[in-house]
This record gives sequence, structure tokens and C-alpha cells, in this order.
Amino acid sequence: MTQPLLKIENLHARVEDKEILKGIDLTLDHGQVHAIMGPNGSGKSTLANVLAGRPGYQVTEGKVWYRGRDLLAMAPEERAREGVFLAFQYPVEVPGVSNIYFLKAALNAIRKHRGEAEVDAMDFIALVKDKMKLMDMDEQFLYRAINEGFSGGEKKRNEILQMLVLEPTLCILDEIDSGLDIDALKVVARGIEALRSPQRSFLMVTHYQRLLDYVRPDVVHVFAAGRIVKSGGPELAKELEAKGYGWIESHPEAQAS
Amino acid sequence: MSLPAEILEPYRLRSASLADNDPVWLAGLRHRAMACFAERGFPSPRAEDWKYTNVTAIERKRFPLAAAPGEVDAAWVKARLLPDCWHLVLIDGYVHHDLSHPALAGDVVFCDMGAALRRHADLLTQGFGQAVDEDHGFIDFNTALFHGGALIYLKAGTRLAQPIQILHLQTQEAIAPTRHLIVLEGGSEATVIESFIGRAGGLTAHVTEAVLDREARLRHFKIQEEHDRAVHFGGFYVQQATGARCRQVHFALGGLLARSEIHHRLGRGGEAILEGLHWADGRRHLDSHIRLIHAEPEGASRETYKAIAEQRGRSVFQGRIVVEPGAQKTDAVMNNRNLLLSDDAEIDSKPQLEIYADDVQCTHGVTVGQLDENALFYLETRGIDREAARQLLLYGFVNECIEAVDVEPLRAYLHRRLDSRFNAIELEDLP
Repeated sequence: MTQPLLKIENLHARVEDKEILKGIDLTLDHGQVHAIMGPNGSGKSTLANVLAGRPGYQVTEGKVWYRGRDLLAMAPEERAREGVFLAFQYPVEVPGVSNIYFLKAALNAIRKHRGEAEVDAMDFIALVKDKMKLMDMDEQFLYRAINEGFSGGEKKRNEILQMLVLEPTLCILDEIDSGLDIDALKVVARGIEALRSPQRSFLMVTHYQRLLDYVRPDVVHVFAAGRIVKSGGPELAKELEAKGYGWIESHPEAQAS
Repeated sequence: MSLPAEILEPYRLRSASLADNDPVWLAGLRHRAMACFAERGFPSPRAEDWKYTNVTAIERKRFPLAAAPGEVDAAWVKARLLPDCWHLVLIDGYVHHDLSHPALAGDVVFCDMGAALRRHADLLTQGFGQAVDEDHGFIDFNTALFHGGALIYLKAGTRLAQPIQILHLQTQEAIAPTRHLIVLEGGSEATVIESFIGRAGGLTAHVTEAVLDREARLRHFKIQEEHDRAVHFGGFYVQQATGARCRQVHFALGGLLARSEIHHRLGRGGEAILEGLHWADGRRHLDSHIRLIHAEPEGASRETYKAIAEQRGRSVFQGRIVVEPGAQKTDAVMNNRNLLLSDDAEIDSKPQLEIYADDVQCTHGVTVGQLDENALFYLETRGIDREAARQLLLYGFVNECIEAVDVEPLRAYLHRRLDSRFNAIELEDLP
């Protein structure tokens, strides 16, 4: 039996005094795309942040295995170097640091971890420009400070650009589709699709079914009150779209909290 | 507090000998300034404006006056001059003629103070002492004892084709009192860069005054990166007539104890855009004393001062905006953002608004904080470790100020300086 890429077992987590995740079990195999849906406050984004190691998110119970290793024991940068990537719901502005410098520093940190040489400056520029084309981004974004003054859509595209350059193994996308118009959504989806491979897996947190029209998931999980109350195929997303989240919130699992 | 006679005596003698060769008007000013200085000495920490910056240590140091310029390697100095600029080099306060090429013809005068006194006394009398709105021991001291310096004068409507750089180099543990006068006639435009560097911890006692006539425009940069044991006083006093504009950017990166005064008096519809960065690391104490007087209506001012205090460093910001009666429609914004990065570092920030007109817009904001945790985490999730992430955010904080420098050779120089400081994370010039 091959090892899954990610295995989450009975994960409980709290933020400050509030317990948000109340026993999540989830197995993500290599090459799979899982969508996580659910109403606001159900714990979707919390899971994404716990997996990336955000400070202040305290795991109180359970385990997360990433390629057979204890993910929760790893520092955030170590997770990133091992191939975990979180596309932020709200990408952070970093004044004074250009996108290109940042991308290069990140790529080199990851390459160094893998025992590879630093990327050649010319190769790097060529690589980034190629990926930018795919994301419909003007080259001037390279020389602007990270996310500073970017529109919501530009920030999200920039997240996917980083993902394309860093080529992670586990891509966690936290509401990558929020605030995007349909054209931007298509571009973002194109970036995600370009990365799909049998070795790479995706965990896509989304509030809406819309994104899933462009990036077809293998499995859809529905979160409510910190638990997975239902899992199924892509048709489950359609069902949610049609019925809304009301019926989920009245689900016995959700009410058990 | 007055100084002991044995310290004062050499100052008196020097001042008197300078006055012997000066025109009468300047000899008179020197005499009065020396008398005032003898009376009150350097400012006392009891004075409100000097509360955070105690300069009494100068007295203990007993700095002698530099008797002659120190020996310098011309190639070494040249390497520190910016390309595409006209230069004046002052070594320990003395002009270095071989390294200075100030000769500009026609509607522009750019020469050292000695030449100015001989040939342009009329221009000097027009502007000298006019813009200095401060009255304390350092001003007295400077007036009584300055010898080197520069005169920059532009006739109405003239535009300098390239910036002027004045390099001040300290090579001795001695006093270098220097003075510049900038006179811009109506509609003229100039860019002046003042660099202060040093290989010894002396005392700089410097004054630049600028008199801007109607619609004149001055861009002024001050880069202070003196020796780690140097004491620096540098005043920049600007008087702006109707519609005159001034932009000043100040980088305080060196010295042990450095105080900069940046004072502007704005005329009708005038503009002052002031930016600055303190980098108080090690045991550095950096103080900027900013005063902006809106004397007439419709003036606009923007102040953005940033500071980093780390290790045992200390940064002091005192920013005062005065809106005089009748200066209606004044639009003034003052910001001071500080990073306090260690338990032993200190930030003192004192913004003051004094508003005597009723139809004005004035705001100020001060923040003191650490590096943004959210941004640190963001960088970490991209594989950058925490220390490198911290360095990167610090780099960004400084780089924002450098990006605001719109003189290319100076910006490139500052970038190189910044990069060498952050070599741990291998910054390089990217295309």
C-alpha cells in the first residue's frame, strides 16, 4: 500500500480560547484534488492555517502526517521547504521588498534545502517571466513591492505565480477564488491546472462551487462546526450550490458540538 | 552652561583670527556669536528641545579645532564621490581644491566659502543668517568658527543641469565647523547632496541655510554616515518665499551622537516634502528635530520619518508643525514610524502641532512597533527562515526610503550601502 501524501487524524485545534476544529480526519493521495466547502466559521481556513503552521493556532489533539512525517512538528519554513504551500486568503503586503527578490529568495531557500545549487539569475528571470505570462501578469509586477497596492485579483494571481515558481507538492489554497471576477478566476484556475500532476496534490478551501467548474476536484468535503459532515464526489458541490448550507448546519454531526 | 576658560580660549583665538580676515559684517557676527557661546556653551539637557539628546559629553571630549586638513588618499575620496555631480570636498572642514570642481559659470555660482568671501561678498550678505531660525550654542559656535563651506547661488530661472555633491570627510578627532549658503532666485532649481563621512570620531558642527525666492525649487539630500565615535550637529534651515518648494531626504546612519535640525518656513502656496530615516544600531543616538512653520496661506507639507532602533541604539524624533495666524488652507501631514527591535533600544517620538488658524488640515501619526508578525509568517510559508525573514522586512523598511530618492546615482549608492549591510541574505542588483 502506498503512503498517502497527507493524512489528518482526529485533528483538534483552537485559536485563542475557541475550539475551531473538533476532530478532522482526511486522507489526501498523490495527484488528488480535494475541495473543502462549508459555511463561514466551519473551520475551513483554520485547517489551512494549521497545516501551514500559523502561530496562534494551537493543535490540542490529533496528528498530521505528511509523506509519513509529523507535519505539526515542523517549523513553517521547514514545511515550505518540504513542499507545503499555502496560498493566503489575504496575501500580505510587504513594502520595500520587490516581488522578484522575494521569489528568488524563496526559491533559493527551497533549493538549498534540497541540496541544489542557487538558481542562475538569467534562468530565473526567464522562468518567472514564463509563469507570469501564464498568469496574465505584466512584468512590472516583478519590480513592485510584494502585493503593495495590488488589487484583490492581482494579489491572488501573485499567490498562484509564487506557487508556479516554487512547485510545491502539497498546495493548500485558502479561498483563492474569493473576490475574483470570472476572468480572473479563469486565469487562477489555469495556473492551478498547469501544476496538476500525479505527484502533486491540492487542498482547495472554497466557499463557492464556481471554482470547481474550472478545477475539477476528486473529492469534496463539507465542513460544519469544525467537523467533516459529508464527503463525496464533485456532484456534492453541485448539491450544495443548489441547496445552500442550511441543510448542512442542521446535520446531526454539526449539531453535536 | 558656560565652558571652562581653558576650553574656550582656543575657540576665541581662532574666531578672532578668522574675523581678522573677514569682511566687517561677518567679523561683527563672529564676535557676537563667540560672546554668546562663551556665555552659554552648548545646549543643556534642561532646554526642552534638548531633553532627549545630551551633548554635555562634548565638553569632556575637549575636541581641538582641526589645525589643518588630514592627509587623504585622493583615489579613496574619489571613490566616494557620486558620478554625474559637481563636487566640493571638505576635509576636516578645509576645502580640498584638487578634488573639488565647483566652477560653474554664468548664472550659477558654486564655490567654496573662502572664494565666496573674496568674490561674492554681495551674495553672502544677501542671504547669510537669514534662514537660521534657531538660537543656541551650536549656531553660535558655527558662526564664530566656520571656515570651510560652500556658496551656491542660482540666478532667476536657472536650472542646475546636474546635482551638486558636497562631501564632508572627517579624518581627525577634531572639530570641523562648516557652513553652506544656498540662494535660489525666483524660479530656479537645484539639487544639493550633502554627504558626511569619517574615519575618525571628531565633532561636526555644521549649518546649511537656504533662501528660496518665489517659485524656486530645492531638492536636498543629507547622508550622514560618520565614524562610530563621531559627534554630529547639522542644521538645515530653509526660508521659502511664495510658491517655493523644497524636498529634503535625510539618512542618519552613522556617528555616535547625531543631531539634525531641519527647519522650514513656508511662504504662500509653498511646499515642503520631508523624509528621513534613522538607523540607530550599536550605541548610536540619532535625533532629528524638525520644525515646519506655515507662515502664510495655502502651504502644503508632508513629513515621513522612519526609524529603526536596535541593540542599544536610540532614535529621537521631535517634529513640530506651527500654523501661524492667517496661514489658512494649510495642509500638513506628519508621520513617524518606528521599529523598536531590542529591549535595550529606545525610541522617543514627540510630534507637536501648534495651530493658530482655523481653516486648516493638519494630521500627525506615530507608530512604534516590531516587525509585522503576519508578514514574517507569510515569508516563512515560502521557505524563508525567521531570521532571514526579519532581515528581509528590515531591508524593505529601509529600501522604501531609498526608493524615494529620485537622484539616480545617489539611489544606486544607497542601494549598494544597504546591500552590503544585508550581505547575509545575498542581496544583489537585479536587472
